[in-house]
Amino acid sequence: MARLLFFGRLGDLVGGIERTLNLSQPHMVRDLIAVIEAGDRLLGSALQEDRVRYALNGVIVDGEALVEQDDELAFLPPVSGG
Amino acid sequence: MLRQIRIAEQPFDPEAEIASFRKALRDSGAIVTFTGQVRPISSDGSVSTLSLQHYPGMTERGIEAMLDDAATRWPLEAVLVIHRVGDMVPHDAIVLVATASKHRRAAFQSADFLMDYLKSRALFWKSETSAAGKLWVEPREADYADAARWDEEPPGGR
Repeated sequence: MARLLFFGRLGDLVGGIERTLNLSQPHMVRDLIAVIEAGDRLLGSALQEDRVRYALNGVIVDGEALVEQDDELAFLPPVSGG
Repeated sequence: MLRQIRIAEQPFDPEAEIASFRKALRDSGAIVTFTGQVRPISSDGSVSTLSLQHYPGMTERGIEAMLDDAATRWPLEAVLVIHRVGDMVPHDAIVLVATASKHRRAAFQSADFLMDYLKSRALFWKSETSAAGKLWVEPREADYADAARWDEEPPGGR
């Protein structure tokens, strides 16, 4: 199973920080978002906002990165600390 | 450079942390500390609580990289970063940054640099709950501009 992590306001849309997804084959990040959007239009469009970044196994990637089974893909909306 | 990074799930005591930070120093003559705390009154005028989230592992690595950067810019003996996550009430400390160097300029500038990073680039997500409901806080334009200052400045600062 791939782990999907949703931080900040994205977690509110999902109703939790983590979801798992069974991937029979590798998918590009943007294709995964399309799958998510088919089931949840609001979340899908939130994930595609320009300011949302993707981290695959802790490294920032773009929408063409391949996600495989056992990977961790995090969606990072604009940050705010301090 | 001595370095300590801590993501704190529970309240911490900034004064006690600063005291132990100072004790570990050998040749610094200048210590700058910054404490950020929860404002008692939120933007809409009511009492608020704050909640902070981070991405365990990735958040710490980002702060480590920022300390590496600071170490190339200023001659620092030690740096301490403590950042709260979880639920906080007014007056709770959110963040503590302490820097120590032989002279004050490096200590002031590096503390400023680290706070600019923590405000708008480190992987934290902050929400505020008040009478008006829950609001995810985003950096102000001024926060982004503050952080961008360091992208342009040469090592050593001005």
